Amino acid sequence: MRELFSDFSLELHDGGVYGLLGKNGAGKTTLIYLMSGLLTPDSGRVTYNGDDVRRRLPKTMNDLFLVPEEMELPQLTLSKYVKLNAPFYPRFSHDDMMRYLDLFEMPHDVQLKSLSMGQKKKVFMSFALATNTGLLLMDEPTNGLDIPGKSQFRKFIAQGMSDEKTIVISTHQVRDIESILDHVVVIDNSRVLLDAPLSEVSRRLSFRPLMQGDTPLLVQPSALGMLAVVPNDGREETSIDMEMLFNATLQQPEAINQLFTQK
Amino acid sequence: MNFKENKAIYLQIADRIGDDIQAGRLQADGKVPSVRELAAQMEVNVNTVARTYDYLQQSGVIYTKRGLGYFVSSDASDIIVRLRREQLMQGEMDYFFGQLRAVGVTPDELRQKYEEFLAADHGQ
Repeated sequence: MRELFSDFSLELHDGGVYGLLGKNGAGKTTLIYLMSGLLTPDSGRVTYNGDDVRRRLPKTMNDLFLVPEEMELPQLTLSKYVKLNAPFYPRFSHDDMMRYLDLFEMPHDVQLKSLSMGQKKKVFMSFALATNTGLLLMDEPTNGLDIPGKSQFRKFIAQGMSDEKTIVISTHQVRDIESILDHVVVIDNSRVLLDAPLSEVSRRLSFRPLMQGDTPLLVQPSALGMLAVVPNDGREETSIDMEMLFNATLQQPEAINQLFTQK
Repeated sequence: MNFKENKAIYLQIADRIGDDIQAGRLQADGKVPSVRELAAQMEVNVNTVARTYDYLQQSGVIYTKRGLGYFVSSDASDIIVRLRREQLMQGEMDYFFGQLRAVGVTPDELRQKYEEFLAADHGQ
């Protein structure tokens, strides 16, 4: 068995949409399952609001929800499913769920077994966000969504977010979600390479065409010429290209780390 | 909405609201969408829109009524013109002049082109 995480530490703060980024096999899914208490670390602890998630205390379980990458749903109608599962979540809101179903253009009641993978995801995510748990973990939520589904997903998160919620979205498809993130975490080789709010990323880095005299962290060809990630000289903020940020972080972890630990 | 320029997204959203004010889609003393509404519409994080509104409020384009939300200032249109003029004169003009110099356009040629443009009444 391969050891995925050793000497690993990560702390998530209250509120905000976290993007958990890593290559295939970097351990995103494992990390999310550890956070939800479905996996047990050989050593070390995962706590939520101070309680070890492995104890599966009611107050932990009713305040966190996991949306796995693929799911098997029982042979039930959605209304029956909600009736059976909603009571475990004290802040569940039926109205919220209807709003999210409308957003995804899904009917208010369906036979769960008859749904395609993408439809299943839309329905299950609508239920998940409507539980209004403090922590919502989503593993590759845009996988399997159709073309309108990706845009609907961004609206869904933007609308369903509140200050009391923390949403963790693991993905390798950063383009699908980059505009809705507050915070980015990049993991690779059992290490956290970057853990920063996007406000800090745009303070520290610029994403723009390469200019003479630049000392870029990453250069990437594009239709518009060479694009570069360079330290922000403080003049102005650019928009963040999450794919370039990810590549720069993987290729130059020391330089990124140094830049982000500077005062 | 697509975000293409490399200007920060909160500023691109501010430009978009500026466009709506200039085009009369948002009226003086009219209400602007709530942070949450606009975030969902633009598919961006609520904090991004909150930052746009902070910026617009500091510039005087919008004002807040406690508990009611944000509204368009009566002189918003003038402020937007002033801000855009500053932006143009500072950053974008440099870039444009650089392009002109690279292909050898003289100031006289530029003057003539601009006068022709104004005379042709483009888009006014």
